[in-house]
Amino acid sequence: MEIFEIVTYFILLGLISTAIRVVTTSNVIHAAISLVFTLALTAILFLILSSEFVALVLVLVYIGAVIVLFLFGIMITRAPLGKNAELDNDKNKKLGAAIAGSIFLLFSYILINGFDGEVTIASGSSTELLGEILLTRFIFPFELVSFVLLAALIGGITLARKDEALIDKDQV
Amino acid sequence: MIVQPVLVVAAALFSLGIYGILVRRNAVMVLLSIELILNAVNINFIMFDAMLADTMMQGQIFTIFIITIAAAEVGIGLAIVLMLFRNRQTANINEFDLMKW
Repeated sequence: MEIFEIVTYFILLGLISTAIRVVTTSNVIHAAISLVFTLALTAILFLILSSEFVALVLVLVYIGAVIVLFLFGIMITRAPLGKNAELDNDKNKKLGAAIAGSIFLLFSYILINGFDGEVTIASGSSTELLGEILLTRFIFPFELVSFVLLAALIGGITLARKDEALIDKDQV
Repeated sequence: MIVQPVLVVAAALFSLGIYGILVRRNAVMVLLSIELILNAVNINFIMFDAMLADTMMQGQIFTIFIITIAAAEVGIGLAIVLMLFRNRQTANINEFDLMKW
């Protein structure tokens, strides 16, 4: 199992570098593509930790649907493609870095001191058991989340629909 | 496999997402940073699930719910951004000051 540890360290390194690229690049499309790489590396990490169903859901829902939605959003809102200095609010940069850095230091201090454990990488599949638990013990939240998805669907259509009454003529 | 490096990397992803939310001006980029934060939480959930070897697999189940809610959130968020863009011809959040005196 030594090989998995080496692979995991490379994945963690890649996660950090692609995530930094997501928040610092001045190109909108590059940010979205870097998020794809971050999510793909996360899916590989999940596969190593033997939760293959979650990894597949991540690839299908995030990389398949959410990123496409983001690219549509970038195109529709006509965010200036290519290199663009207007993307960041330079006034907030130092304050944002200070807040994010202090949150990171606090979290890593707590996590390093509070949790000390080893994960044994098991072989075999957990999907069958996961489906069974999801449809017996967790059936109520499962149904609830389907209702939330329906509400989001209706709300998204209602919001994005062109409605003349909602457009403020004075502001345009 | 030792737990702490993965947890620290998840914390780093979380704080990078916070940085992105605070610094970015384009609303779509802010939503991308929120996805980064949710991803960090997912990594933590799966790591603790593997560490505790939970027989109920609650970490994995919570992660699936988080992914579902995140998909709904992105749909609604982009619809709101789209509507703001239609009304104001911009997607920069520092120009939406309707609620400010």
